[in-house]
Amino acid sequence: MSGWLSQVIDQDYLLQARQMQALSFAVHIPLVCFGMALPTLILFLEWRAMRTGQEVYRTLARRWSRILVALFAVGVVTGTVLSFEMGLLWPQFVGTFGSVFGLGFAIEGFSFFVEAIFIGVYVYGWDRLSPRWHFASGIPIVLTGVTGSFMVITVNAWMNNPSGFRLQNGQVVDVDPVRALFANPFLWHEFVHMYIAAFMVTGFLIAGCYAVSMLRGRTTPYHRVALAVPLTAASVAAPAQIVVGDWAARTVGEQQPVKLAALEGLGATTSGAPVHLLGWYVDGEVRYGIEIPRLLSLLAYHDPDSTVRGLLSFPPEDLPPVNVVRIAFQTMVGIGSALALLAVIFLYIRIRAHRLPASRWFYRAVVLAGPAAVVALIAGWVTTEVGRQPWVVYGVMRTNEAVTAASGIPIGYAVLAAIYLGVVVGVGWILHRLAIRPLPADPPPRELVEEGVP
Amino acid sequence: MTVLQVLPMVAVLVGLVLYTVLANADLGTGVWQLTAGSGERAHQVRAHIYRAIGPIWEANHVWLIFVLTVLWTAYPQAFASLASTLVVPLFIAGIGIVLRGTAYALHGATNGPGDHPEVDLVFALSSLITPFALGAAVGAVASGRVPAGPVPGDIITSWLGPTSLLVGVLAVAGGAFLAAVQLAAEAARLGEVEMAERFRLRALLSGVVAGIVAIAGAFVVSVDAPALAHGLLDGAGRSAVVVSAVAGVATLVLVWTRRAHAARFVAAVAVAALVAGWALAQGPTLLPGLTVQQAAAPYNTLLAVTVSIVAGAVIVGPSLALLFGLVLGGRMDRPVDVPETAVPARPPRDRRMLGRGAVGLFVAGAVLVVFASGAVLMTVGLLLVLVAVVAGFVAVGPADLGLDTDDGTGSGTLFT
Ligand code: HDD
Ligand code: HEM
Ligand code: HEM
Repeated sequence: MSGWLSQVIDQDYLLQARQMQALSFAVHIPLVCFGMALPTLILFLEWRAMRTGQEVYRTLARRWSRILVALFAVGVVTGTVLSFEMGLLWPQFVGTFGSVFGLGFAIEGFSFFVEAIFIGVYVYGWDRLSPRWHFASGIPIVLTGVTGSFMVITVNAWMNNPSGFRLQNGQVVDVDPVRALFANPFLWHEFVHMYIAAFMVTGFLIAGCYAVSMLRGRTTPYHRVALAVPLTAASVAAPAQIVVGDWAARTVGEQQPVKLAALEGLGATTSGAPVHLLGWYVDGEVRYGIEIPRLLSLLAYHDPDSTVRGLLSFPPEDLPPVNVVRIAFQTMVGIGSALALLAVIFLYIRIRAHRLPASRWFYRAVVLAGPAAVVALIAGWVTTEVGRQPWVVYGVMRTNEAVTAASGIPIGYAVLAAIYLGVVVGVGWILHRLAIRPLPADPPPRELVEEGVP
Repeated sequence: MTVLQVLPMVAVLVGLVLYTVLANADLGTGVWQLTAGSGERAHQVRAHIYRAIGPIWEANHVWLIFVLTVLWTAYPQAFASLASTLVVPLFIAGIGIVLRGTAYALHGATNGPGDHPEVDLVFALSSLITPFALGAAVGAVASGRVPAGPVPGDIITSWLGPTSLLVGVLAVAGGAFLAAVQLAAEAARLGEVEMAERFRLRALLSGVVAGIVAIAGAFVVSVDAPALAHGLLDGAGRSAVVVSAVAGVATLVLVWTRRAHAARFVAAVAVAALVAGWALAQGPTLLPGLTVQQAAAPYNTLLAVTVSIVAGAVIVGPSLALLFGLVLGGRMDRPVDVPETAVPARPPRDRRMLGRGAVGLFVAGAVLVVFASGAVLMTVGLLLVLVAVVAGFVAVGPADLGLDTDDGTGSGTLFT
């Protein structure tokens, strides 16, 4: 297409711009998972504290609310960088379609604003508001975590399945932003899938920290509750994630047949198409993989003999990098299945035996589960985003038409990478410091304020 | 030019004013961090700074995000031109914001100021480069160095012109001034007379510097951007400039007479008037050759943006008022005494039934999601799965983890 701003661009930088975008997301997304899921867990603990009067819950809620603030602060700034990057890296994308999708980000902005305000009230309000009001001030945090992420995802869903406008001579006309953002079949699976992923990432990561303590022999009630609550949340989420993932794959099959074919590495259009585990896609087929006959047809269209369109039936210039998409997808599904298994074991023992699992191996697995969930999360986004290539707006605008013409992207990329490395190290350090604070975690509030610490 | 085409721009300018007043006051603390020196007094100054910005903290960047998102929704083509030409300063500002936010979070995790001078240094420096870079970007727009349209302007010289440097320096000096006023007011509120006095002096000093920069700026602008100067000094912008100047002097007087609290509001007027003056001087041109009207998005989008800005304001306004009310009213300073309420012990409930129910619901829901065709059944299935998730969480609960019986030593009974 020839947008208002489109021009001949030096495409050398395209790859770097894409990597820069991906890097920024890969830092932002795990952080914001905490913003989406942690408030719910904290409020649950505070509610238990109010109901039972037991200090353990309160102590935990307090400690975790500090983690929330620290991660929220970093989530906000990495998000700010993302909104800069939308314009800096993809000016033609925003210039041409800003009027269609921009609204999503505008509402998201308000939503996070309210979230930030109430995080301020909640975290600084311990002991300063009455218990009831304090609890109540946490509720908007939960709600805005939902609406904020929902609004961002409306934009991503729109990029994957654009509607609500027409193109005329490279200009958008008949723009209907509300329909573009909300009347989109892609939106719902992406949102639900992401929301559940946030609980898995947050739950498994936090539980993993306490699993380490347990393995080191610290098994006080404090540690047990601290392990059990997030692990329960992640464990009820994990099996549901598989169901939702299946739904996602079917929607993709309907709206983006190329992506589905890339997920499975299906070269020729096939009836009774198989699924391959592992392997490598070359020349229209998957080599060295384990074939499960007819499964793809069954999963995608509920009929083992149905016909699935293959990659070779699409023009080569419309294909995403198949192996990247496929490996990312298999990583996500593999990890998702393993985590669901771990979750079912945990839930079974908790419900049947009313105790925590007693095997060291279980706790070792929990330690690994957190990082694994993060890998699945990023792999999932790589599946979605790289699978959408070469389009930035699926079927409408190619990524190479959207990229900035500005030179110097490599410098920016290098600087950003270095800084984000620092951010990751910094976040690790913050979490470490918060974790090793002595247990009656809460110095008198005045002293806290003195430190400038929430 | 219809009202709808202008309203979002007004919102953008309001956002810019609020960012300048609120966030820049936050950022301006960097100057005082950097110049605090060392020793016990410096330690106190730093502690006061971290304490004062506490509850309001990074939320202030939302104003900037608001400005960006409204710009790209309502004036997408102008935004694309801005972003293409001003890559460098915007990128620098973004990096500054990340570094500052991370340093702030790091500070929260370390044990007080002084312990980690390198964190303080990053915090201070990033607080300086961010307003400078953003100011330079504004200067580039104001002096007409950002061309509209397909071909970006020079990504280096566009934001290093005299007007850019001027606005950049003004942003830093103004921020330092606002910060000092704010910190003085905060110290006065807490009854820390000596600290209030220290920041009063700093406020006067930086206020005078900012004033001198602003006056010198008039000459710089008249040479570098005659059109803008004309608009500011002769045309529609003049009354705004006068208001701004009067408000600026009034702020200094208020600080001088130790009424820092009131000074904050008058300072905000000075900033708002200056931004308004700029808008009046430059309008209706947004970028050279592109008016606000030409840049505006289609009607539906403008309508949707305006509606959501109003709705957003209705929600954010009271929330913000609540936060400021709690902080400024002193509620966040003192712990309240919470009477111990005895909670009646409840017998533990057997949640096995609930657990089974959750499993049942989950299976039913999953079957529907996977095998049903049609949106209605799908949705029902999905809701069942979600209900099962919540029920499962409740069924498992943490109630049986030995909180009542345990002696708290966790004497190794866990592993078999
Ligand atoms: C903890 C993380 C996690 C886990 C365990 C899974 N996923 Fe996932 N997946 C994501 C996290 C994720 C995500 C949040 O990263 C994505 C990216 C975009 C989206 O909507 O969700 C995603 C996308 C995504 C897509 C692409 C959707 C699109 O392009 O719109 C499909 C087809 C699946 N997933 C399927 C699955 C299946 C069948 C799983 C079964 C085990 C699974 N996912 C587990
Ligand atoms: C799946 C994708 C995304 C999700 C789920 C998500 C979610 C969130 C959440 C929950 C926060 C609150 C901060 C926190 O909790 O740490 C946040 C912050 C932010 N995000 Fe994202 N985000 C996503 C992608 C994006 C994208 C694509 C952009 C912009 C282009 C973006 C811009 C921002 C901004 C500007 C903030 C800071 C808001 C504030 O100041 O409070 N996010 N995001
Ligand atoms: C929901 C909000 C999101 C939005 C609006 C969004 C938007 C974009 C845009 C505009 C691009 C650049 C154009 C392109 O390459 O097609 C992009 C690329 C990319 N994004 Fe996203 N994205 C979102 C979420 C994410 C998340 C959470 C990740 C996680 C890692 C991610 C990973 C990527 C990757 C890997 C690319 C580069 C793809 C490639 O060039 O092959 N995205 N995204």
